[in-house]
Amino acid sequence: MTDPCAHCEQMMQPYLDHVLTDEEMAQAEAHLAECVDCQRRYKFEESLRIYVRKAVNEPMPEELRVKLSALRIPLE
Amino acid sequence: MDAEPEEGQRLATEARDRVRFEEDALALSDQVYRVARHLASSREDADELMQETYARAFRSWRSFTPGTNMRAWLLRILTNLNIDRGRRQQRAPQMQPLEANDYFLYDKLAENGDGISDEEQVVERLSQDDIVTALSVVPHDFRDVLVLVDLGDFSYADAAQILDIPVGTVMSRLHRGRRILKRELAESALEEAT
Repeated sequence: MTDPCAHCEQMMQPYLDHVLTDEEMAQAEAHLAECVDCQRRYKFEESLRIYVRKAVNEPMPEELRVKLSALRIPLE
Repeated sequence: MDAEPEEGQRLATEARDRVRFEEDALALSDQVYRVARHLASSREDADELMQETYARAFRSWRSFTPGTNMRAWLLRILTNLNIDRGRRQQRAPQMQPLEANDYFLYDKLAENGDGISDEEQVVERLSQDDIVTALSVVPHDFRDVLVLVDLGDFSYADAAQILDIPVGTVMSRLHRGRRILKRELAESALEEAT
């Protein structure tokens, strides 16, 4: 019998990506319902993904926007 | 002589299609940049890569099929250019051991968290700089997939098409890339704690 938390860990990324089958999803949810530690770790992973997206988001510099526009091929 | 008005009509239609294509491509530039910035190794590289991509896209606009995903089409040009430019000095460290598991980072942060119980607060123990640096350390093969899916919101199938690799490879590189990112974050968090 494998460690249920180790199994739950294996399921975490596909679970959060919504690519588990219904059966796998039910298995993961059954374990999460009774394991506070795994619940916290899943919640953390979700928060981390959102936080990473925000942290690395850099708006495009205005000078680059102008340069890209200038690359358009002029009409003859 | 009769052919001339028809030819003129054809050229006018083509010019209109091309202008529309250029406008659509430019309208996507913010979204393309969000991904390009982290596929490239630096801001300067991202800037050059964007210009090369748009120059090529404008030249080869006829090869875009209207109605298909233009953002994916642009990123396919961009990732190919990125590879051509030899920005892949780093080989994929397939053999590099990766002892850290998916729960590793949370467990490390929670350990040092003085009993913080809110997962969102645990996340905030990481600084923005730590995250940007950690992402830049993820080897290219893994980072490409991570950036396309997690920052660019591309599906596994789109990422597979953009990078010309099987969907299964997208999944395995994505999972591994996320683990490498978390291992790097755990290391920087632990350095700061000591």
